[in-house]
Amino acid sequence: MARPVGDPCMDRRLLTTIYAWLLLLPAMVLLVAFTHYPTVATFWASFFSTARGRRPASFLGLDHYRRMITDDPVFLQVVWNNFLYALVTIPLSIGIALVMALWVNERLAGRGFLRMAYFTPTVLPMVAAANIWLFFYTPGFGLLNQIIALFGGPDVNFLGSPETALWSVMAVSVWKEAGFFMIFYLAALQSIPPSLKEAAKLEGASDFHYVRRIVLPLLMPTTLFVLVNAVIGAFRVVDHIVAMTGGGPSNASSLLLFYIYETGFKFWDTSYAAALTVVLLAVLITVSVLQVTVLDKRIHYR
Amino acid sequence: MTSAALAQGSAAARIVDAGTRLDHLLVTAGAWLLAVLWILPLLFALWAAFHPPLYAARFDLTAPLTLDNFTRAMAAAPFARYMLNTLMLVTMTLAGQLVISTLAAFAFARLEFWGRDLLFFLVLVQLMITPDVLLVENYRIVSSLGILDTILAIGLPYMASAFGIFLLRQTFKTVPKELDDAARIEGCTTLGILLRVYVPLARPIYVAFGLVSVSFHWNNFLWPLIVTSSVETRPVTVGLQVFASVDQGIDWSVISAATLFTSAPLLIAFLLFQRQFVQSFMRAGIK
Repeated sequence: MARPVGDPCMDRRLLTTIYAWLLLLPAMVLLVAFTHYPTVATFWASFFSTARGRRPASFLGLDHYRRMITDDPVFLQVVWNNFLYALVTIPLSIGIALVMALWVNERLAGRGFLRMAYFTPTVLPMVAAANIWLFFYTPGFGLLNQIIALFGGPDVNFLGSPETALWSVMAVSVWKEAGFFMIFYLAALQSIPPSLKEAAKLEGASDFHYVRRIVLPLLMPTTLFVLVNAVIGAFRVVDHIVAMTGGGPSNASSLLLFYIYETGFKFWDTSYAAALTVVLLAVLITVSVLQVTVLDKRIHYR
Repeated sequence: MTSAALAQGSAAARIVDAGTRLDHLLVTAGAWLLAVLWILPLLFALWAAFHPPLYAARFDLTAPLTLDNFTRAMAAAPFARYMLNTLMLVTMTLAGQLVISTLAAFAFARLEFWGRDLLFFLVLVQLMITPDVLLVENYRIVSSLGILDTILAIGLPYMASAFGIFLLRQTFKTVPKELDDAARIEGCTTLGILLRVYVPLARPIYVAFGLVSVSFHWNNFLWPLIVTSSVETRPVTVGLQVFASVDQGIDWSVISAATLFTSAPLLIAFLLFQRQFVQSFMRAGIK
């Protein structure tokens, strides 16, 4: 840019720029080191083979991606598991969160206790929650099996059988997330003026109608916000998988990030792990782009 | 509760008829049922932790209370050290985040400079791609920095927090320009203004961000699991997992005690400062 010599405005702007860049320096260095560079490096590494011993990494092009689709049934299963996991846990936890928020927002007896009970699981570390639930699911004397035995049912190995393992970890996730999402609904509900409810009552609307026609539409921005968070969470949190099932039995409860962790840090196939990470990044980026382009335009914020 | 709300409540109570009263009763019952169901796993852990192993899965009200499980857990694994590691981790991470995001947020909120939009976009990228998904490459970077298996390695990738920068930038933007100008006329330097005007005005946001950050890093697991390998660096979450999976077999009483111990500081803080916690999570999410 051509700059007239001695223009005081431009000098000032230059100074401000230097000053601002200095202020931003620590943040940018860390962001580049732990977000931007590793993202690019992950893409790059996914085109190479993993260097092992004396064999250096060689260029493979798209081979890793081909392997995922044609030659890696575990990958396909893990993607399917993750999809199912998101499809089940997200609507469930959002639905429960909404009901919780509506209840806590009403003047019910023991409201403080209700809010505390709903929210407490959120404060626990996921690993701690998983360890508590492990106890529930134990074959034989676990709480759930004791209840089943009470009704004369057979002993179920919740985490040990492929049919139930994924569902069992889903339950933990819903239990832990619902209270967290409730908070955002509660905040939104508290910003709805009470006059709306009075007006609806005067018009003879039932509670159900009021919630459906007035409250739910007003909560749409919150639902969007919670939804985006829930989707990202469904692909980012695998602590309970590590603690409860280790992805098993035979990958029945493995999720994408857990498979990346296994591939990278148990099988030490870091470049295939990089290719898998690219898939995960693609999911996360798609969610964010959808949020900004499609959903934000349809739903009006305050 | 304000008196207006109370008056409104009693007015509403007067006009309810029997039908809505029944509704109200059903809703209350449902809400309580769900609450009990939701808190049950924790009560269960409490039960197992404070009773002898014999009673771990037997609910006998006459069962003797004991702290034995806690002493056994502490003897079996260095939980006190794990706790210290976690405390150091969350303190260090939060301190780094606060300083770094304050400086960055101020630049974005109040300075006009070349490349601002581009840099802000680069910051926002981290909201989408968080360091914990980039396990493999971040492990490589941390190991090439020679800080593998240190507490710094757990915290460093999170110290530039896009979330913190964004949150503070939004807040700093609401500070009236007049205050800024007045301080400048009084002879404050830019850094002085930041510290004396902006930071105090953003206090509630700092508290909110602090609580969210501390809970996140207290609970964080996968990344610390990967970068730590010794007792001196493991945070409680990783310590608990190592303990539960390797050392204990299926002694539920001891595992419950250890589980409660690792979550206790956060749980107790939450129970004491419920309102602040809830409001902080709301603030952090909505802004």
